[in-house]
Parts: sequence; C-alpha cells; structure tokens
Amino acid sequence: MLFPWRQQPGELFIYDITKQMKRYTISVFTENFIGILSRITLIFTRRGINIDGFTASESREEGIYRITIEVTTTEEQVIQLARQIEKIIDVIKAFYYLDDEVVFQELALYKIPVSNLDPGLEKVIRQYNARIISAEREFVVIEMTGHKEDTQELLEILKEFNILEFVRSGRVAVAKPMETLDKYL
Amino acid sequence: MRGAEIVIKTLVAENASYIFGYPGGAIMPVYDALYDYVDQIKHILTRHEQGAIHAAQGYARVSGKVGVCMVTSGPGATNLITGLADAMIDSTPLVCITGQVDSKLLGSDAFQETDVVGFTMPGTKWNIQVRDVADIAPALAKAFHIARTGRPGPVLVDITKNAQNAFGEFNYVPCLNIRSYKPYPKVEPDSISRAAELINKAKAPMVLYGQGVIIGKAEAELAKFLEKTGIPAASTLLGTGALPEDHPQFTGKLGMHGNYAPNLLTNQADVLIGIGMRFDDRVTGDLSRYAKQAKVIHLELDPAEINKNVKCEVAVLGNCKESLQLLTEEVKENSHPEWMDRFRELYAEERSVVVANDISPTKVGLTMGEVIRFINEYKQDDAVLVTDVGQHQMVAWRYFDYKVPRTQITSGGLGTMGFALPAALGAQLHDYNRQVICVLGDGGIQMTVQELGTIMQTKAPVKIVLLNNNFLGMVRQWQQLFYDKRYSFTELHNPDFQLIAEAYGIKTAKISGRESLGEAVAEMFVHDGPYFLEVVVEKEDNVFPMVASGCAVDEIRLS
Repeated sequence: MLFPWRQQPGELFIYDITKQMKRYTISVFTENFIGILSRITLIFTRRGINIDGFTASESREEGIYRITIEVTTTEEQVIQLARQIEKIIDVIKAFYYLDDEVVFQELALYKIPVSNLDPGLEKVIRQYNARIISAEREFVVIEMTGHKEDTQELLEILKEFNILEFVRSGRVAVAKPMETLDKYL
Repeated sequence: MRGAEIVIKTLVAENASYIFGYPGGAIMPVYDALYDYVDQIKHILTRHEQGAIHAAQGYARVSGKVGVCMVTSGPGATNLITGLADAMIDSTPLVCITGQVDSKLLGSDAFQETDVVGFTMPGTKWNIQVRDVADIAPALAKAFHIARTGRPGPVLVDITKNAQNAFGEFNYVPCLNIRSYKPYPKVEPDSISRAAELINKAKAPMVLYGQGVIIGKAEAELAKFLEKTGIPAASTLLGTGALPEDHPQFTGKLGMHGNYAPNLLTNQADVLIGIGMRFDDRVTGDLSRYAKQAKVIHLELDPAEINKNVKCEVAVLGNCKESLQLLTEEVKENSHPEWMDRFRELYAEERSVVVANDISPTKVGLTMGEVIRFINEYKQDDAVLVTDVGQHQMVAWRYFDYKVPRTQITSGGLGTMGFALPAALGAQLHDYNRQVICVLGDGGIQMTVQELGTIMQTKAPVKIVLLNNNFLGMVRQWQQLFYDKRYSFTELHNPDFQLIAEAYGIKTAKISGRESLGEAVAEMFVHDGPYFLEVVVEKEDNVFPMVASGCAVDEIRLS
C-alpha cells in the first residue's frame, strides 16, 4: 500500500501530530451538477480556509468532472475538508495528496511590451523553457508551464522587462498511487 | 397533467401524509392542484413558514418519516432557513418545496425572487432548482431518497412557476440509488474485531449513545450489546429514549446540564464507546481535557464525523444496527459491578444535592423540576415531550420519564427558540390519540406564538405547559454566574398568556402555588383537546449540575 496512513475503514488515522501547515492537493471527482462548485467552496468558507488554487474540467469519464484544489493547511484539517467534500451528494470521491504524491503542473502567461524587448530575453526564455506564443504590434505573450516556484522566478526576472500582465492557472494534478476511480462508481 | 399536479401526485406516491405549508404567488399552481387531492394528502396551514418547517420537523422526528413542507418564493423560502439549519444539525429528514418565479425572470430581481438554492445551500443535505416539468417527479423522488437515507437531513426542491404550469407526463419512478451517494458504508469486519478486543480488555468502559441509535432503529441491538457486556451507558440529548431510563445500565445523561456521574466518569473510563453520536462541544466540554486517558471506539454512519472532534482508536463505520449486532457477537459476556457502583454513588450525591431540591423543593417558589415530576405522574408511558430551548428544556430533559424511543423532541444542535410550539403540533398530528406535551418558556413561546392559531384550526390536543419566570432564564443564569449578575436585557415584561391562549379558543389554567399544581396537571391531561397550562415558577432559579463553558467534563459543578 502506497500510503498506509490514509484512512482505511475502521482504522485509526495517523495524523501528522506536529500540526504543520503543508501544501495539499485535493482532487475531487463529481457529477456535473449546477451549484457543485458553490457547495465545495462553502466548506472552505465556513472554516475560514483560503483556497490557493482551483481548476475544473471533465475527467477521463464522460460526465464526471475533476476539480483540483490547492490548499495550505494541516493534515487533520485536510482530512476534514476531503470528508466534508465527499459528503456532498453529487461528489463521487475526494482524495488528498501531499506535493510529492502528485505530478502537477501550472500554466503562466506573461505579457511584455515590445519596446522592452532586449537580447537578454532570449536567454531567459531558453533558460526557463518558456516560449513566445503570440507576437503583436505592441506586445508579446510568453507562456511557461511548471510549478509555482518556477513560474514565480520567471515573473521576478520579467519584471525587469516591464511586464504588463501576468496570470497563472491553478494546478492540474494526477496522482501517483495506481488507484482508479472505477472502484468508486 | 400540469407540473403542479405532478408535484402532488409524487408526494402521494412517496406516502407523505401531511404537507405543512403556506401559500403564496409562486406556489399557487401547486396549491390549486392540491385542492383536488385533499382526500389523499392533508395540508396544514401554519401561521408562518417557520412554523411550517418546525411542524414538519416535529412530525418527522416522532414518526421517523420524511416531513414535507411547502412554501412560496422569496420571503416564504427565506423563512424556512432557521428550520433547515435546525434539521441539518439534528439530522431530521425533510423535503421542502419552494415555489420560484418563472424561469425567464430568474436573476432579474423580479417580485419575490430570491436565490433560494444559493441561500439554502449550506443548510440542506441537497437542493435543486427545477425549471422543466419533466424534471419535477425525478427531482422529488431523489429528494425523498436523499432526505431519508444515510444520515437524514433536509432537502429543498425549488420549482419555477413555468414548470408548475407546463403540461407533462406523470412518470414517477422511486429513486433507489444515486451513483455518487453511498449512504450506508459497509461495516469492516476488522474494525469489529479490533473494537471487541478493546472492549473485552476494558476495566472501566462506558457507552455514550446518541440519536444515531434511534435513526438506525438499533434500540434493541443497543440493549443486547449492553446486557452482554455489562457496560454502563449514558445518552446524549437527542439519544434520549433509545434506552429505557429504568434500564439497570442506564447511568444518566451527558452534557453541559446532564448528570453528574457520566460527565465526571467520562474522564476516568478506560474505553469510551460512542454510538451514533458526534461528540458535540456541549457533550465534551473542553476538548483538550476530554477523556484523554480513554481509548475511544466510535460507531458512526457518517465518515466525516470520525475524528472530527475526538480522535478515536477504532472507528466502526456503518449503520449501528448492523455494527452493534456484529460487535455483540464478538464481545465476551462481562460485568463491571464495581465500576457500575461508582455511577450509583455519584448519582446518590447528585440526588441529594440537586435532584431532591429540584423535584421536591421546600423553598417557596415553584421549580420547573416539580412541574415535570407531576407531568410524569399523570402522563402515559408513550407520551411525547416536545421542548423549546433554555432552562426548561434542560430541566424537562433531566426529569421527564422517557420510556420509549422517539418521545424526546427538541432543538438540540441549533438551539432554536420558538421550535417547540409548532414542533409539538407536528408531533401531535402524527397521532391524535397520543399525548404530546409541549413544555416551553416565556421567551420561546413568543417567538412562534402565532401557531396557537394552527393548533386551534387543527384541534390538535397538544398539552402546552408554559414555565414562566418572566426572564430569559438560561441567559440570566449565565449572567448571574459569569457576568457578575449584570442582567442585560433578559427580563421580560410579559403579556397575559392565558388571555392569548383563550383568544385562540384554547382552554387554560394558571398556577402559582404548589398546593394546586398536581391537580392542575391532572386536569390538563383529562381535558379532551388542546390545553394551555401556565405555571409561574421561581424567578431566579438555576439549572445544575453544570459543566461551565470552557471547563472539562470532570469539572462539573453541583451548585
């Protein structure tokens, strides 16, 4: 078993007793039902927990949506969050993972004015494995995928190029454990 | 047929006997359809939508069936919210139908349009807006299924006026399964054997049972488990009645104003077995000093309750009717006479310091406890007690003689003042021939006093006992104990309650002396029809024992 501390029915859940705040990814599989996003976010609102990132899209299964929520909290709290989310009638399953239990990616877009393009930019783009996806008369748009730390690093550098706009998506993540959703359908 | 008629036919198909409701613009088509079905389903017109939902709650709690409530859009729907929150926290099965403006008008701030689905989302187990006539029957069937299964709760179906008016086929199919909803987790055999092992080794085990036992109809299984293991048991507020109180292993009630022994000994037990209860803060007191010495076994249906408040050693997920049976097979026969004696000794202490003065007082003013004593004397065994919230609630709960399940109806988790009068009406309608006693205070009665009108109209023979101390007594008690007797806005200048009840054609009596109390209570019970008995009690009396806010359960005080 990959994660022996995850709740096995009838067993004591072993908590991270240090109550350390860590970054967790909650992965929710849900029916496509009006209001489901509200029901999920209410669980965070009620407990005064900030959502760091949120993405939703259809999953491998037609009609089943996959919502990925990023949150910084304790293990005790994240278990509660996952259980409360799973309690929502139209939610099929909610899993939670630490960063090293998921493969995840985020997308960032950077808008740079053409007037500020200088030879140094090429090096930066190569170095960060970023790319220019659009070139307009007045600006270019650079895209980078990666973890928040990496896209943030590039942002800091691009600030020198007088960056006009920046946007970053929530994370999308697939889990490392070889458990499939079919089991719960 | 029209969608409106489909609504009614679906309710009939779901075996709903009563609709508690209040008409208005956006639900008028359904009320019009109802006019032709009054021989198949009864409608009770309350005097306020809050009264309707509390009545549906009272009906649901006493019957175990789904309570049905129907109101109009806008203010009609928002008036349900207190009842929804109450039913949610006390796991009461309800289906609430709200009318909604035409779907073309949604989001336009039309007359009496509110975002009902949005408003009620945190207060419902599930809710849905129906905008198409074809969805009415499936949505209602799903609503009933969700409300009554698993951990029950309130469900709301908001139906737009165009869906009510449109023509469609009535093709009702009961909902039996929802892919994403697994209401009864399977009991893991491993959890049973681990629990049994702990129980078998325990020297001072204790059972704490809650409403889950009643909802799961596991009363007999609980008694069998207790009798085989010899473990002392205590009930939560809503678990009251799951075990007859004359059972030799019943040791009292848990919580802030529960009994001395079970509260105190919680912090001395070596194994605590929580059954269908959720370790509410009113039961645990200060969590950081709650049963730290004990290993906790938690039998619970709702996975979200496991380790929510109290960390457990063994979680037995599943319906306790099933898990208790399995557990009883695996535990060995046992008895704990010395441990049991500890409970008896502490009860004797509570009896002499608190109970005696409460139920057979020598002081001049009447106590709430002695009123309950007389009620016990004249009530039938299966009488239902409905209480409001406050001192009278705690006193009635402490002293009422509960003999059968589903006889304790009160607002537990939410503490909703104004709950009792409409809830008693709902409970009475389930069975006109059963005694339903509504005990409330002078504060709470005035929050839903208009429902005397519904009692008048339905002739429900509710026995209303008003314990009047002209104070918001529980708040006053806290002000006395923790706020240096600064009685900030708790004293009430009250109307003549007898006159009010009489205006509704209800027979009344008012008692302020001990000598006539017994006779007055007896007279109330023999009266055929609703009855209003006002008892003027001691103005500044306190409820003890008490685990004060922030204290540990073993810091329970007797005075």
